[in-house]
Amino acid sequence: MATDLSNDRMQHMLRQMIRMREFDERAARLMEQARVKGSVHLYCGEEAIGVGVCEALNADDYITSTHRGHGHLLAKGGDPKLMYAELFAKSAGYNRGKGGSMHMAALDLGIIGANGIVAAGAPIALGVAYASQYQDNQRVTACFFGDGATNEGAFHEAINMAAVLKAPVVFVCENNGYGEWSPTATQTAIDDIADRAAAYGIPGIVIDGMDLMAVHEAATEAVRRARAGDGPSLLECKTYRFYDHVGRDFGVLERDEEEIAYWRARDPIDAWRTRLFELGVLDAEQAAAIQKEVVVEMEAAIEWAEAQPDPQPGDLFTDVYSEDLA
Amino acid sequence: MSEKTMTAAINEAIDQEMARDERVFVAGEDVRVGGPFGTEAGLHAKYGDKRIVNTAISELALTGLGVGSAAVGLRPIIEIMIMDFVTVAMDQIVNQMAKMKYMLGGQARLPIVVTTHAGIDSSSAAQHSGSLEAWFCHVPGLKVVMPSNAYDAKGLLAAAIRDDDPVIYVSNKRCMQTSCEVPDEPYTVPLGRAEIKRPGADLTIVATGRLVIDALEAADELAARGVEAEVIDPRTLSPLDMASILTSVRKTNRAIVAHEAVRTCGVGAEIAARIADEAFDYLDAPVKRVGAPFTPVPFAPVLEDLYLPGKTELMNAVRDIGLI
Repeated sequence: MATDLSNDRMQHMLRQMIRMREFDERAARLMEQARVKGSVHLYCGEEAIGVGVCEALNADDYITSTHRGHGHLLAKGGDPKLMYAELFAKSAGYNRGKGGSMHMAALDLGIIGANGIVAAGAPIALGVAYASQYQDNQRVTACFFGDGATNEGAFHEAINMAAVLKAPVVFVCENNGYGEWSPTATQTAIDDIADRAAAYGIPGIVIDGMDLMAVHEAATEAVRRARAGDGPSLLECKTYRFYDHVGRDFGVLERDEEEIAYWRARDPIDAWRTRLFELGVLDAEQAAAIQKEVVVEMEAAIEWAEAQPDPQPGDLFTDVYSEDLA
Repeated sequence: MSEKTMTAAINEAIDQEMARDERVFVAGEDVRVGGPFGTEAGLHAKYGDKRIVNTAISELALTGLGVGSAAVGLRPIIEIMIMDFVTVAMDQIVNQMAKMKYMLGGQARLPIVVTTHAGIDSSSAAQHSGSLEAWFCHVPGLKVVMPSNAYDAKGLLAAAIRDDDPVIYVSNKRCMQTSCEVPDEPYTVPLGRAEIKRPGADLTIVATGRLVIDALEAADELAARGVEAEVIDPRTLSPLDMASILTSVRKTNRAIVAHEAVRTCGVGAEIAARIADEAFDYLDAPVKRVGAPFTPVPFAPVLEDLYLPGKTELMNAVRDIGLI
């Protein structure tokens, strides 16, 4: 229950969601202004999932992420300065400017990486989790993926093998109603992705992905289970992608205004802020201060990141192999 | 030192490297019972379930098991039973393990060895007989190793396991049945280093895998006819030891490149192109390529014999360049 958490922790979780939102709103604008090249996939609307799950993890636990991964990185401790530097393709970025939005990783934070291939994080998460069993270090791996990924073979192979090995993985499906530009119902013949867990003999749980505490409580139990050696779980978090598949408006997808309004009214940040008001954990003045501090943090991060140097021409050839093969 | 088959040499390398480094483990289908070729024979009894991981028939997840565990500090050996089955695992090999170090800006080390068994062996037909090594030579970030005898097999596998980059280790099924003297103690054969298997002054035959066996037989026959062929086995196909190949070609002025894989866009095409590019002035004849025809591997023994390149095709190539 929310009341089990300290006031600081509950405020921290609000701040984390706002950081994700403000980070991505700015990333979108930078892409629209062509200051950021390539494409950014926005996490806006899905913040309760990243925060709810990552706040159930320890600092030395692991996550694997997706093409829509900025929020996951921030939730696991990513530094927005280094993330923006990566978006700006600067050598100060997490990937030295050689990965971009879809490949951001910070191994020292347990962030094994975003991934440009749908569902590819699932077999990797299996491997990371197996290493934890092998090294007997009690670490858990949270594997984020979308509803679309659950139609890939990689998802099914990985979840089956993780179940057989009792690997400490929490599979977190962010079902946002769309796979790329097509509704989930045109791609998947079942209502609940969580039903797929039954095929692998593991728990499958449907969660309101707009409700931070619902996610956090389910994730806490799944993490406990994984850490205890009881194997993986599948959490399906029902959520909504406020924006397009790529950027804010790619111009391909037409969505029903009523549908958007329905989900916007369930904005996870608004919902959690209201809850904190009700609990007396936060007042309007404090809420405004958090909002302002996050905006200052993000603007400063952008200013710093954009001023960093570009990669050097020689960087083209580094890190293909561990040693120079020329 | 004793005579061992290449299969036994591979088994010994895995055993010794597992004993040497706690981080090394094997995952694959049926490895608990030693694998269908016997490369893991006896290892499950010695190392148990944790280090000899018997997996589902699930090549993509199995390979991801390798990628993820390597990214956080283990040194997995991932066995793909038959090389044709790598098709199921291609995303994890090509998009993940090969690119991860680069696209993460050097954060990751991926010390993974993917071992697999390739080539034609007693009518296994089109989905169990492939030699697909060229696919992986086309992918920056991967190393590709293909031994032709038991000595090289053991030393190259030990080197691959100790290497910090992903290595695709291809054992040719015909070569696995051959034997030679192999030291009992651990040793490495460095990656990226070709070896002259037989010296000669008149012709360079660059051969890989099974075709090394055929090339040495052809060289014997050529010697009886007064032609001294130099047989070079690159042993590592990526990175390729072009310096050794070019030194030989500049000496002999003639080159044949030979492998069991389909000739079109094979590794031989790259080697031939680089010889033409870097030793053109030394060539007295066109560089000839020996390889399989551009068809799937057939089932019927009569067709499989026609398909499989060997000594006859090598001798035809020597004839084509006018040496016999």
